Formats: sequence, structure tokens, C-alpha cells
Amino acid sequence: MDTADTLLIARAQFGLNIAFHILFPTITIGLAWILVYLRARFALSGQATWLESYKLWVKVFALTFAMGVVTGIVMSFQFGTNWPGFMNKVGNVAGPLLAYEVLTAFFLEATFLGVMLFGMNRVPGWVHMTSTVLVAVGTSLSAFWILALNSWMQTPVGHTVVDGQIVAASWWQVIFNPSFPYRFTHMMLASGITALFVVAGLSAWRLLKAPGDPAALRALRSAAALAAVLTPVQAFVGDLHGLNTLEHQPAKIAAMEALWKTERGAPLVLFAIPNEDRKRNDYSIEIPKGLSLILRHDTAAEVKGLEAFEHVPPVAPLFFSFRLMVGVGVLMLALSWLGTWMMRKGALPPRWLLWTFAGFTFSGWIATLAGWMVTEIGRQPWLVTGILLTADAVGEANGVQLGASLTGYLVTYGMMLIAYMVVLTHMAGKGGAPAPGPAHGMAFKAMT
Amino acid sequence: MTFDLPLIFLVLMGVAVLLYVVLDGYDLGVGMLMPAASAHEQDVMVSSIGPFWDANETWLVLGIGLLLVAFPVAHGVVLTALYLPVVVMLIGLMLRGVAFEFRVKAEGWHRELWNWLFWLGSFVASIAQGLMLGAYITGFEPGFSYLLFSLVVASGVCGGYVLLGATWLIWRTEGELQRKATAWAHWGLLWVALGVAVVSLATPLASETVRGKWFDFPRTLWLMLLPLASAAAWFWVWHEATRVAKGKVKPDWTPFVGAIAIYALAFLGLAYSLFPYVVMDRIDIWQAAAHPSSLTVVLIGALIVLPFIIGYTILSYRIFRGKATGKLYD
Repeated sequence: MDTADTLLIARAQFGLNIAFHILFPTITIGLAWILVYLRARFALSGQATWLESYKLWVKVFALTFAMGVVTGIVMSFQFGTNWPGFMNKVGNVAGPLLAYEVLTAFFLEATFLGVMLFGMNRVPGWVHMTSTVLVAVGTSLSAFWILALNSWMQTPVGHTVVDGQIVAASWWQVIFNPSFPYRFTHMMLASGITALFVVAGLSAWRLLKAPGDPAALRALRSAAALAAVLTPVQAFVGDLHGLNTLEHQPAKIAAMEALWKTERGAPLVLFAIPNEDRKRNDYSIEIPKGLSLILRHDTAAEVKGLEAFEHVPPVAPLFFSFRLMVGVGVLMLALSWLGTWMMRKGALPPRWLLWTFAGFTFSGWIATLAGWMVTEIGRQPWLVTGILLTADAVGEANGVQLGASLTGYLVTYGMMLIAYMVVLTHMAGKGGAPAPGPAHGMAFKAMT
Repeated sequence: MTFDLPLIFLVLMGVAVLLYVVLDGYDLGVGMLMPAASAHEQDVMVSSIGPFWDANETWLVLGIGLLLVAFPVAHGVVLTALYLPVVVMLIGLMLRGVAFEFRVKAEGWHRELWNWLFWLGSFVASIAQGLMLGAYITGFEPGFSYLLFSLVVASGVCGGYVLLGATWLIWRTEGELQRKATAWAHWGLLWVALGVAVVSLATPLASETVRGKWFDFPRTLWLMLLPLASAAAWFWVWHEATRVAKGKVKPDWTPFVGAIAIYALAFLGLAYSLFPYVVMDRIDIWQAAAHPSSLTVVLIGALIVLPFIIGYTILSYRIFRGKATGKLYD
């Protein structure tokens, strides 16, 4: 097996792993703050319905969190097994950031999750409330550190070279590197919106089964309304993030927009089949001067094409992932606005709308994954922009080992994902109220 | 004043790994004991570790994180050499971890399936950790005899985890299950004694470095305190478990503490054998160490944060003190 194949499998395996892992934190980061809200409403009002909602969603949280934890542990090992060259070269920057994530976030969330899940009858209310807040703080802190590292890999600053190794010169600059504020905000919003659509979708599913459940209707309305606010904010932040990328990683933007040649008055390509061999677009539908207008706010401005850069990422995956992310995002925005409008009087919406929300339960996953593919594939061929090529970081694990472990992961992940989605749907179908009677013949039942 | 940063980080990493082995060891041991218990007892057993397992597993992430941070060169070498057992362990830990959540939400054969996966995940993870340890001690030498040695170590690690799990259950359960746990603890003790004896004899044979360190009179006489203390702890655990089995259940925590002592002593012996290598006979801690600037920044963070972690871990054990009932997940 030659190096190119090893590189491909190593990337496929790591990509599979990180893509599978990110599904779950994306939900829990947002859901943790929804739980803080529900717990606070119960503490302030003393009404049992808030507690019932809290108890339902805390179970969804626990399940999702467990999925995130176990897949996250795989990540911590794969840095070494798949990319030993990464740690050799930039370990002095990446290592401390990862260590701070473990020290400040992982222990915090893991320990207080126990109190949050099982401690309600064992501790005073304020301790339980505090535990819920600390779990939410822990999940967000975790996102902070890992996105600081990821953003530094995209736009590295604040380091020097000592004996061929990268060493931090200013930790402040390393952490708050140019792309970090945008990527962090973009990801936190993505997480919030993803969690809101999970809550809305599962509540809609519950309402299809039990139209009279007031807690489910309340959850659906609140989630749709908040999503209606956050989705346009996300579009705005995403645009800022894109302009930031144009400044620091122009080749990524050129690939996202399939712009092969440097042009004045560059067109906005709506759809095309990028042709890597001939370095042009086939079947292209374009808006003349559109790209110059969007990126430079001037129809005559020059935009650098792929020909201007020595290292460029693959065009087709970026071009399509970006359109998938934007497309799903627009649909989510439209659905949240439509739903909020139709439910403004508080009445149960028609069944087709409930079905649509149920169908959109995991839509945030698609948009988030597509977005991550844009930013990560867009960094190629670099692992750390300008510092380390991905090909130079790959390990020596042979093809048999990589192939066998890839199969093992695929089987395990497939089973876990199916079980997760089945259990979640069944739990949501049962709702937050105590399950009535023994459910003979049912494969799953909600915890009571 | 200068600090020997690599040495400090070796100690920190050692503490993290020892804490992981002891803490997740009792989780994994309880998991491996699942088939020996009735359906209700299984609920009690899982409830007894439910609030803790997640934080326990985090010590593994810290241990591997410190290896990554402090000894990046060794991290790559070690994890490349241990590639397959690491993957097997991770799949085992994944199955075990999600089974906590899935088994309580399932009914009928689904529940049986998750119980079985809980056991399988615990067992596979333990075996894989043992194989990793075996390969680590022998410096990743290939060959059948080294594989055999690793299998013996793996068996010993499983026995040790069963012992930790059983003594944990003596502490955290009551009645029939507690009595059963005393029998499991006795079996675990026999298993550990056999495993430790074989490994202690085989390691000096397998490694010249280890032989040189232990058989060097008169230092050997002092070193013999370690196996003597281990033997004393072993007999103490046996005696205390027997007492509980006979119905004198108070104090019920002594077998668990004794089991931890056995583990800590075995760990000390191992640490002495390996020091100062991170990769046996090849890379020592000073060769493998990261740049002082990154070590310093992590050390400062660790010194600030670790007291908090220890504090709220103690708080968590205070909140969930007492006997498990099996109703935790209700």
C-alpha cells in the first residue's frame, strides 16, 4: 500500500469519526442551554409542567451526551494514531489547547451531569440548578477550546519556530486568531439552531401521536419562534465568516464559488459541474458580476481565481457542500418563519406542518456537516495552513490495520446511530407525561 | 529555581493513569460481572456506577492528553504501535458507554441485547487495555512469546478489574448481591494473585532492563518491600471480604480500599520498572518532552484547575453516598 492510499484511508477514517462525533455535541451544546431555561422556569414558577418538560429533554440530553463522550474519546486517540506528524510539528500549540479542554470542560460536564441526571432528589434545588448551568458552561467551554485550535489550524498566528517545531509566542493571539470569533459564533449558533429543530421536530412527532399534549405544543412553538430569530442571525454571521475567509484563505473562497480564473466583475455561479481536469465549469448557470458584488460590494472589483494560488483545495466537494449548507439553511429559515406565523394564535397547526417539522428534526445535522466539510476540505492540502501539509502528518499504520479499524468503526457507528434515532423517536412519541400502563409488545418505552 | 518539567509531567500522567485504572476499573469490573447477576441485581449494579462512569472515563482522556501534550514524540510512537488494541478498546468503551443509556430505555430482547453489549464492551475494553500494557512493557517487540506475555497481562488486568468491581459492589450494595460480591472478590483475588505472580516472574525474563533494576543487591532487599506490602494488602482484602460474607457487614468499604492498595502497589512496581522510559529502552522522558513553554502553560492550568476537579469529584461522591437501589434511572 503506498502513501497516497494510506493518506486517503487515514483521512476517510478520521473524517468519518469527526463527522460522526460532531453530530452529538452539536445538539448538546444548544440543548444544555435549553435545559437551563426549562430548569429556571420551573424554579421560578414552581409549575410541574416545566419540570415534566425538563425531565423529558434531560433524557434526550443524557443519551446524546453519552454518544458525544464515547465518540470524543476516539478523537483523542486518533490525533496520535492517524496524524503523528501533526503532534510532532504543532504539538506545542495543539497540546495545551486540548489539555485545557479536558481540564476545564470535560471533568466539569461529566461530573455535574451525574448530579443533573440523578441528583434531583438528593441535593437542594439551587445545587441542582447550578449543576445544570455548569453542564451548559462545560459544553460551551469545550466548544471554545476545540474551535480555538481548529481556527488556529485555519489561520495560524502568534507562533514562532524553534528547532523546526512550532511554539506559541502569544497564547492570546493563538486562541483569538483571525478566524476564531467568526467560526466560534457560527458554530454556537449552528448548535443552538440544530438543538431547536430537534426539540421542534420531536415535539411535532409527539403532537402527531397525542394532539392534546400542551407541553409538546408549547415546546414546538417556542423552539420554532427562537429558530425564526436565530436563523437570519446565522445567515448574517455566516456572511461575515465568509468575508473573513476571503481575507485570510482566498483559495477556499475561490473553490467554494468555483472561480477558476482571476477576473474583474467575476460572476456568481449558482449551479455548475466543476471540471477539475479542464479547470472550468460545465453546465454553468451564472449571475454576471454577482460574485464581485457579494464579496467586494463592487460589480467591477477583481476576485482572485484558483489559478492565482499554488495550493488549492478540491473544487467540487467545496462547491456542492457550500450550496447544500446554504440550501438547507434557507429551508430551515423558511420553515421556522412559516411555523411561527401559523402557530401565532397558539392553536394546533395542521398535520402537514407537524409532519414537516418532524421531517426536519435532524436538518441541523445536514447543514452543520456540510458547513464543516466546506471549512475542513477548504483547508486542504494543508493540515495547518502554510505550516504543515496533511500528507506530511499521516502515520505509518498499514492498510490492513486502517481498513479493519475503518470497518469496525463503520459497523459500530451504524448500529449506534440507528439505535439513537429509534430510541429518541420512541421517547419523544411518549412525551413528558408518565407513560400510561405497561407497554406490552412495544420495543422501547420512555423512562418514567 | 528550575523545575524538571518532564519529570513533573511524568508524575502527573502517572497519577491520571492510576486514577483511570482504579476508577474506570471498578466500572469495567462491574460490567464484566453482569452475566453472574439476576436482572434486578444488574439494575442495582449499573445504578451504583451510573453517576460516576463518565467522569471516571475522563481520566483516560486526561492521561492520553498529557502524553500528547508533554511527550508528543512518544504519543505518536506509542499509539502507532498500539494501533489495533487501541481501536478495539475504543469500540469496547463506546459500546459500554452508550449501553448505560440504551439498556434502561429498552425492553424485552432489546434490553437483553444492551445488557450483553454492556458486558461485551467492558470485557473487550479490559482485554485490550491489558494487551496494550503487555506490549508497552516489552517495548512493542513483535513475536509469539511477546504476544503470549501480553495475553497473560491482559488476563491479569481483567482479574484486577473484576476484583475492583466486586469490592466496589461490597461497598455500594447490600443483602444477597453484597454476599455474592464477596464470592466474586475472592475469585478476583485468586485471579490477580496468579496474574501478578506470572507477570512479576516473566517481566524480568522478558526485559533485560527490568532484570537489571530489580536484581541489584542490596537494593533488591529494599525493593522486596513492594511485593511484601502487596501480599499484606491481598490477605487483608481476603480477610475483610470473608468477614462481610459471614454477615458482619460493617465496615463495608475496607475491601475496596484494599483492592486499590493492591493496584497502586502494582502500579508503583511497574513505574519503577519502566522509569525513565516513555517508550521502553528507546525514548526517555527528557528526549520525548515537549517544549518548556507549552509544558509551563499546561502546568499552570493544571495546578489551578485540578483542586477544583478534586473538590467537585468529592462533592459528587458525597451526594451519591450510600447503597445503590436500582431505581436511579427511574
